[in-house]
Amino acid sequence: MFDVIVIGGGVVGGTILRELTKYKLSVCLLEKENDVCMGQSKANSGIVHAGFDAAPDTLKAKFNVLGNMMMPAYTAELGVKFVNNGSLVVAFSEGEMQTLAQLKERGEKNGVSDMEIIDQEQLRALEPNISEEAMGALHAKTGGIVCPYGLTIAAIGNAMDNGAKLYTDFEVGAIDKNGAVFTVRSTKGETVEGKLVINCAGLASGKIAAMVGDNDIEVKARKGEYILLDRESGDFVSHTLFFTPTEKGKGILVTQTADRNILLGPTSEEMEVASTDTTASGLAFVIEKVRKMTKNAPLFNTITSFAGVRAYSSRHDFIIEESKRTAGVIHCAGIESPGLTSAPAIAKYVVEELVGNIVKLERNESFNGRRKADHYFKDLSNEEKNEIIKNDPSYGRIVCRCEQITEGEIVRAVRENPPAKNVDAVKRRTRAGMGRCQGGFCQPHVAEIIARELGIPFEQVTKNGEGSALVTGVSK
Amino acid sequence: MKNYYDIVVIGGGPAGLAAAIAAYDNGAKDILILEREERLGGILNQCIHNGFGLTRFKESLSGPEYAARFVDGVLARNIEVFTQTTVLSLTKDKKITAINTEYGVFTVEAKAVILAMGCRERSRGALNVAGSRPAGVYSAGTAQKYVNIKGYMPGKSVVILGSGDIGLIMARRMTLEGAKVHAVCEIMPYSSGLKRNIAQCLDDFNIPLYLNHTITRIEGDKRVTGVVISEVDKDKKPISGTEMHFDCDTVLFSVGLIPENELTKGAEIELSPRTRGAVVYQNRETLVSGVFACGNVLQVHDLVDFVSEESELAGVYAAKYVLEGAIEHDGVEVVNGSNIGYVVPQRLDKNIGGNVKLFFRVTNTFRDCTITVKCGDTVLLQRKKKIVVPGEMETLLLTEAKIAQTNGKIEVVLEENV
Repeated sequence: MFDVIVIGGGVVGGTILRELTKYKLSVCLLEKENDVCMGQSKANSGIVHAGFDAAPDTLKAKFNVLGNMMMPAYTAELGVKFVNNGSLVVAFSEGEMQTLAQLKERGEKNGVSDMEIIDQEQLRALEPNISEEAMGALHAKTGGIVCPYGLTIAAIGNAMDNGAKLYTDFEVGAIDKNGAVFTVRSTKGETVEGKLVINCAGLASGKIAAMVGDNDIEVKARKGEYILLDRESGDFVSHTLFFTPTEKGKGILVTQTADRNILLGPTSEEMEVASTDTTASGLAFVIEKVRKMTKNAPLFNTITSFAGVRAYSSRHDFIIEESKRTAGVIHCAGIESPGLTSAPAIAKYVVEELVGNIVKLERNESFNGRRKADHYFKDLSNEEKNEIIKNDPSYGRIVCRCEQITEGEIVRAVRENPPAKNVDAVKRRTRAGMGRCQGGFCQPHVAEIIARELGIPFEQVTKNGEGSALVTGVSK
Repeated sequence: MKNYYDIVVIGGGPAGLAAAIAAYDNGAKDILILEREERLGGILNQCIHNGFGLTRFKESLSGPEYAARFVDGVLARNIEVFTQTTVLSLTKDKKITAINTEYGVFTVEAKAVILAMGCRERSRGALNVAGSRPAGVYSAGTAQKYVNIKGYMPGKSVVILGSGDIGLIMARRMTLEGAKVHAVCEIMPYSSGLKRNIAQCLDDFNIPLYLNHTITRIEGDKRVTGVVISEVDKDKKPISGTEMHFDCDTVLFSVGLIPENELTKGAEIELSPRTRGAVVYQNRETLVSGVFACGNVLQVHDLVDFVSEESELAGVYAAKYVLEGAIEHDGVEVVNGSNIGYVVPQRLDKNIGGNVKLFFRVTNTFRDCTITVKCGDTVLLQRKKKIVVPGEMETLLLTEAKIAQTNGKIEVVLEENV
């Protein structure tokens, strides 16, 4: 019997789980996929928004600004990559320059600090590759970038280090309440019991809400396609460049990532059935917009393209509330952009205000907010690296040459919370296979390490879980 | 450990091995080879098919056999080798930082450095191929490693994009291993592979080659379930209505090789945008004095025999550099003119002396054409050709006497005979 059951291993569920472990509560996380961070937290822009975009007095505005302020310390504690690179909303006409003034005003209402409208010359000084057509920009200095899967995995891993239990491959099929006890049943028939349930199920959060009688939470899917460029082009831009929002939408962005790649996209396409397929037209649209925003975009350095889904609610604001029909259930639904930025603030609010309203919160004195290895080996000094190699020589063996990832880091990813069980899971934790050759050289070696560490035959190693084996058998 | 060598060779594949042996035999005895894999030999270790060495040894060897001749050569000499050692960075004053399990992160300095890091395959990601991202999508070389080194089959039912040599070889290899290869698609109107490979790897096994075709969609959630291929127009845009669907569990990409020049760039050594390798003089010295480059890190070769030849040149001159000191370069540019994709070397220096073999590729298939090497209006060399194709590297020998006639930029051009 758990005190709290969290459904959904994305950034919202993950940060809430971690927040819960700061108190004397037994908690667990239910995730339907084979690993955490498999939905929208995995494939998004990784932007820490300043907070000028959301309409004043919405939950989006409130949690965005709070989350933005929390993010530097939050990521530092977990050893997650965060860069305060600043955002630029770029105007291409007089009309758009006026919109920038309105955005700035809105930002001020929302409590955003350090915004400035800059002219063409100042913009070019900040971003030499900006289009000649760009007239000026709103410079929001508190904007930043974070590794979204790094943040999610670290939060969940840290929660597990502090006692939280993770159930993967647990797709919730039904939720029953008997007296004060919830029984959450998986589609395969396993059950978990708890006193409180927090629904952070992303795309499925409407479905989960309906299981406890809340039929008024409608969640829809939208797809965004992206193109990623090699780190070699990492200084093509240094800020996050947005188009000025128009009635037609926000358009794409051009940004450095926290790992110094360049990320281009996303498109925005409503979907009846969620899909993460890329399309020729979507990628062509991204390229067209990149060419409008910048000049000489190094598209020849493209290393991959991908798509992610966003879950948005028909209310067009975050839904963060207690169930109206079933006491002891809290919904976090429709957490689209700026959800990543907002997550730490949402987690604090949900635990302190909503959970705290139902149960008495008592501090967990043994909570340790740091991860066991809160560093990236590659970023250490040679002396620090040698200290580690002396204790564990496997850190002296490079497996992924493009990203310079060592065997020691891959072993750690398989052993550390939350444990990686397949090649993609290792990639999200270590970056092995995320570089310019896209795993062409290192995949067989990474798979061998996984097989060895998990004690399974090589043929059972998968790309991303059941049905995705790397090989189909032995050769003659 | 020792942290100063006369010559450090980065890479223990065919290029690095040949360069090290040549340097040693020309008087430089203090040599270190740094190799990232467990064994010397590079990509040859996984190329178990025949056809290597026809030019050099006048016999048909497998990749491992070809490599063994050079590995044995290195072992027979007093050349130091560190395997499982990855070079992390190189500076233009020839300081190399590397990592391995024994010494951790360490730095070695060298009088001369030979860059022999080889190349990597372009991946699916570089092409923006639409569709899903399931298991079963591999570059041809990765598939080759699975089959030949690891002993596993990456799939049973295969479509291959790109008709580069590795793709052609893998079409045959997968077929011999019992897989069904449905098609090889090539977006260009010609194959970039060797003619002999088209005959021996596709025609002999009745594997269809679809020229002017590309993969427009990959399907499958967890594992590949199929692909759609489409014909392309002259601008390489897919033509609507030409789609063909294949059920398959594997897609292999053989869509080009890219010299691995990240270390070169880190050392601020000038690269050619044409070859994506360093700009070199005919002695294979880069524009940073004492740093040489050879093999596929310099230009992607068709045959390992030519890699060995080029690398020996680099080795000889690296030894000369160590023993006799730096050459004051007085070079002229060699540029690719009309219908020529690139020329190596990109610089000619009369002070180096000797005849110079120019390596180049044409940009398209041409029949009945004339290739001319000229300096201003002076024609240095002219050759008539019945047929030339981009997939086969061309060479022309410029004699020392001809080079003596030059007084400025040298250009290689191809004209079609009317």
